[in-house]
Amino acid sequence: MGCIMIFSGSEAAAKPRKLLMKGAEAIGEAAIRAGAKAYFCYPITPQTEVAEYLARRMPEVGGVFLQGESELAVANMLFGAAATGARVFTSTSSPGFSLMAEAMSYIAGAELPVVFINVMRCGPGLGGVLAAQSDYWQATRNSGHGDYRCPVLAPSSVQEAAELTLAAFELADRYRNPVIVLADGMIGQMMEPVMLEGLAAGEPVEKPWATQGCGGREPVVVKSLYLDPQVLERMNRRLAEKYAKMQTDEVQVELYNVRERHDLVVVAYGTMARICKTAIDRLGKEGLQVGLVRPITLFPFPVDAVHSAARHSAAGVVTVELSQGQMIDDVNLALGELGRSAFFGRSGGMVPTPDEVTRVFRDLVKRGAA
Amino acid sequence: MTGGEVVFSRPESLRRTPTHYCPGCTHGTAHRLVAEVLDELGIRERTVGVAPVGCAVFAYNYFNCDFLEAAHGRAPAFATGVKRVRPELIVFTYQGDGDLASIGLAEILHAANRGEKFTVVFVNNAIYGMTGGQMAPTTLPGQVTTTCPGGRDVEQVGYPLRVAELLATLRTPGYIARGSLHGPESIIASKRLVRRAFEHQVAGTCFGLVELLSTCPTNWGLTPMAACQWVVDRMIPYYPLGELKRPESATGQVAS
Repeated sequence: MGCIMIFSGSEAAAKPRKLLMKGAEAIGEAAIRAGAKAYFCYPITPQTEVAEYLARRMPEVGGVFLQGESELAVANMLFGAAATGARVFTSTSSPGFSLMAEAMSYIAGAELPVVFINVMRCGPGLGGVLAAQSDYWQATRNSGHGDYRCPVLAPSSVQEAAELTLAAFELADRYRNPVIVLADGMIGQMMEPVMLEGLAAGEPVEKPWATQGCGGREPVVVKSLYLDPQVLERMNRRLAEKYAKMQTDEVQVELYNVRERHDLVVVAYGTMARICKTAIDRLGKEGLQVGLVRPITLFPFPVDAVHSAARHSAAGVVTVELSQGQMIDDVNLALGELGRSAFFGRSGGMVPTPDEVTRVFRDLVKRGAA
Repeated sequence: MTGGEVVFSRPESLRRTPTHYCPGCTHGTAHRLVAEVLDELGIRERTVGVAPVGCAVFAYNYFNCDFLEAAHGRAPAFATGVKRVRPELIVFTYQGDGDLASIGLAEILHAANRGEKFTVVFVNNAIYGMTGGQMAPTTLPGQVTTTCPGGRDVEQVGYPLRVAELLATLRTPGYIARGSLHGPESIIASKRLVRRAFEHQVAGTCFGLVELLSTCPTNWGLTPMAACQWVVDRMIPYYPLGELKRPESATGQVAS
């Protein structure tokens, strides 16, 4: 295992152990603790470490590890494996995720629980292998064809990547729906202390729809084809109700330095949110109150949290992303009558420094006060 | 009638469903052969079938066992997922030539090469049926379809793909055979091949694929009888019948 144990003091053995792990490895280990029975993969930078980790770990826990011939095949193997009722997942990065989009649509249509880890790199096309957040639209709308949505969980630390991986399996089973963990290359590659103890699967969900052989019951069919328009529309409406329930029940958001009144409100997620926090702390020392709304679920989007924080902000709202502006669409929808968000973003693998972000925030506050 | 001996009946592995296939189409025959084998081997209750995209997309309306409906060409990947997680299940895909030999060529080739222990029933009728008679990778030279109205021009689109021969070259052990559904004798012979392929799966021996030369009278523009004759005259000379590879044979081995 490529992880280092951190011991603090002589009682270390009695305390919960912290492991120093790469994000990619923490994700893999969390999936095993979530009870994942099969992992299918195709190598792609910057997350191949998940595959390398699981190539060793899955056999140790009696699970399935299989490297497929393409992301296309991998995503369809997931369909078959999930249809048996097992917890299954894959990890990939942007171009690979695009190839999986076909199967995701079928998986959503057949209502199968599958977890997709997408460690984003920059695009379009082959783009580059460095960290980016340029697949927000693809993840939060739908990557494949048809009227469907998936919960999208966005970690901003290695610890959170592990926790959200576990949460993704629970959500997938509960909603019979694909769930995306949307990380970026920074989360996948960096090493941080992680506490994995306590991460365990919840109560198993009954899966009477699973194709396990029809012994003792009528055969079941897992499918997405409904040629009768009335039947399909009923299905579409039922799916829409499911997505609406996610929007009511599953929103997760972190509020950082959010108060009654602000000089500025920032909306950022993942790695970008961490950099913003550093900038916010610095500006706090200068006496400026900058609040951060960090969506943990990108879908469902924390509409109320954004709207409520934005109501009392002298300089309004700025959305900060590692892209040329994608989440800002959701921020603007959330702001509604409050107006529109300003934007700051870097892309192509360029990650802004805390200094750069601090300057941007300070300028926005000044302009807002003017 | 009482006391009579039942000599012919619907296999338990088939449902009582009126056919949606065209008159003279051999899909029904192929379904029946598979169903009879599932009955004979006593495996219906632990079988999961994978339906293709094409005329047989509704295979699950006929087969009386658990089923998945695959994306176009991806049935071998679906089957891989099922079989890897639940090796004790019997898994088969049922795929046409557009599904398996065109859009799904990578999936079938790699599943066979990994030696996935499931069974593939490959229905080759040399044309896309459901979309209304377009050129398939298996369409014969000179054969007229809606997308090669002048007949398949091998200078432009190459020769028909012999998938069974292609898979038989693999070093990985497998059972690869080709039968035909044009007449009673060939149907009985084909059933033996289907049965052997499933037996290899039950024994956990190897991947199995049985190609079944089939008719498409509607899109060929022939009567059912003339279509059967067309299989004999045109298809079998290009797609010879028999067992192309057995797991115990050395086929596909190269000097290492």
